[in-house]
Amino acid sequence: MDIFLQQLVNGLVQGSIYALVALGYTMVYGIIELVNFAHGEVVMVGALVSLSVIQRLADRGLSGWGVIAAGILVSIPACMALGFAIERVAYRPLRRAPRLAPLISAIGVSIALQQLAALIWGRNFLHYPEVVARTPFHLGGAVITEVQLVILATAALLMAGLWFLVQRTRLGRAMRATAQNPAVAGLMGVDVDRIIATTFLIGSALAAVAGTLVGTYYNVGNHTMGFLLGMKAFTAAVLGGIGNLQGAMLGGLLLGVIENLGAGYLGNLTGGVIGSNYSDVLSFLMLVAVLVLRPSGLLGERSAEKV
Amino acid sequence: MSAGVLLRAEAVGKKFGGLTALAEVSFVIPRQSIYGLIGPNGAGKTTLFNLLTGIYTPDSGRFEFDGAPLAGGAPDRSCAAGIARTFQNIRLFASMTALENVMVGRHVRTRAGVFGAILRTRDERAEEQAIAARAMELLEFVGIAHRAHHVARHLSYGDQRRLEIARALATEPQLLALDEPAAGMNETETAQLGELLRRIRALDITILLIEHDVKLVMGLCDRVAVLEYGRLIAEGEPEAVQRDPRVIEAYLGAEHGGGEAA
Repeated sequence: MDIFLQQLVNGLVQGSIYALVALGYTMVYGIIELVNFAHGEVVMVGALVSLSVIQRLADRGLSGWGVIAAGILVSIPACMALGFAIERVAYRPLRRAPRLAPLISAIGVSIALQQLAALIWGRNFLHYPEVVARTPFHLGGAVITEVQLVILATAALLMAGLWFLVQRTRLGRAMRATAQNPAVAGLMGVDVDRIIATTFLIGSALAAVAGTLVGTYYNVGNHTMGFLLGMKAFTAAVLGGIGNLQGAMLGGLLLGVIENLGAGYLGNLTGGVIGSNYSDVLSFLMLVAVLVLRPSGLLGERSAEKV
Repeated sequence: MSAGVLLRAEAVGKKFGGLTALAEVSFVIPRQSIYGLIGPNGAGKTTLFNLLTGIYTPDSGRFEFDGAPLAGGAPDRSCAAGIARTFQNIRLFASMTALENVMVGRHVRTRAGVFGAILRTRDERAEEQAIAARAMELLEFVGIAHRAHHVARHLSYGDQRRLEIARALATEPQLLALDEPAAGMNETETAQLGELLRRIRALDITILLIEHDVKLVMGLCDRVAVLEYGRLIAEGEPEAVQRDPRVIEAYLGAEHGGGEAA
């Protein structure tokens, strides 16, 4: 029972990071029906920019969370600029091209960003300085650390903010209208190019926060860290129904929980033949299962026909 | 605003590959009128609408709207200039509520951007309330206020048509272009539509109407233009146009042969 509760807590924490990244995928898909495969790399850049800031400020006697907040505040504009540039350079010129073209372009951007990051930060795994104490709190039979609590709270706050922005503001209305019918939204005076750019900006800002949280949680960063994280988040978006915001949130949390429960129980259930290191396999098996059984995802209305 | 010319089309032409959709079409729409545009299927009526609303760019000729040339190819700018339209096949934001659909129409006349939305400034909240209030007024004006919080795709066909008109009115147009608004309506609904269009004209909004229902067009319009194979074959007051032999041959003729025009 303790393992269950503990893995549930860990799963929700990890899942809320997946959810933040999945939102970036799903927002872009919702509005231009493109799977932005470079999004994982934007998260990676966010993590490494934060890392650089946090390393510089780590031993100055500042408060730990202040240092991390500084990292986030620097990485957000960096990622927003990056996301904006990617859309402008790699996707906008291809908006009327055959569907495969922007997808290939996305993969190209992804590889280019990884190599660029390797040039800037090197190819080694970089250590995220531990600036916050891992104070444990006891919660029933489970332990939750301060870092985990902050991750949960930050993700919840950002998701609530995004939901409000999309459902209750003029900008969000224009985004939903563009997602449903860009041509008609244009006739209502919505500047569609600008809405698309704004979507990339918002998704990239979330990616910056997610990257910093991942680094702080696992204490490690590297130029390849975006790939697996991006794939997981994409899985979460598909699981929830790509194009659907609540779906991305639900899918992220669900994926995190399933993965961690798998890691907790796989070893016992199979008598040690399959260990916790197979939890990634479990995630991607789930992606396959969802695509076969319910291609439109748990909350999706439209089928994900673009990939 | 004095009475005068709202829209002037000067020798407007458009080709698709080798097909001439519109050739040298010129006409003038006076302010505060209901201007009818009729013609058989494929005559170029919808192409003309798409040129006017910036979805296409003319290959030749030009439009002058409210005294200034109209730039083609930019729907959001046509909208800002004061042209709004509805569609032959209804194009609402299907999974948004009726009220939200109209609120999107307010987009072009309002300001709030990313920062206002995130920071929830006082101005932003006030504007948001004003948008919602105005949208509700427009739903009342077209007679579907009781359906405000229903998702657009769940509205009846006639209500969807009305919603499209409310959404177009939300952009504060000087010219409202309606593409077959009576299509699929029964006689009662068509009569109610005619009454709605007269009320819109009374708000100093000029209406450009594409319609197959000849009775509606002849009874409602101040002037009528007739297109055939992309050319303007007649233009004038309904009575005169109705008597024009070319029009009878091209368009009314077939229906006259079958008895009363539908």
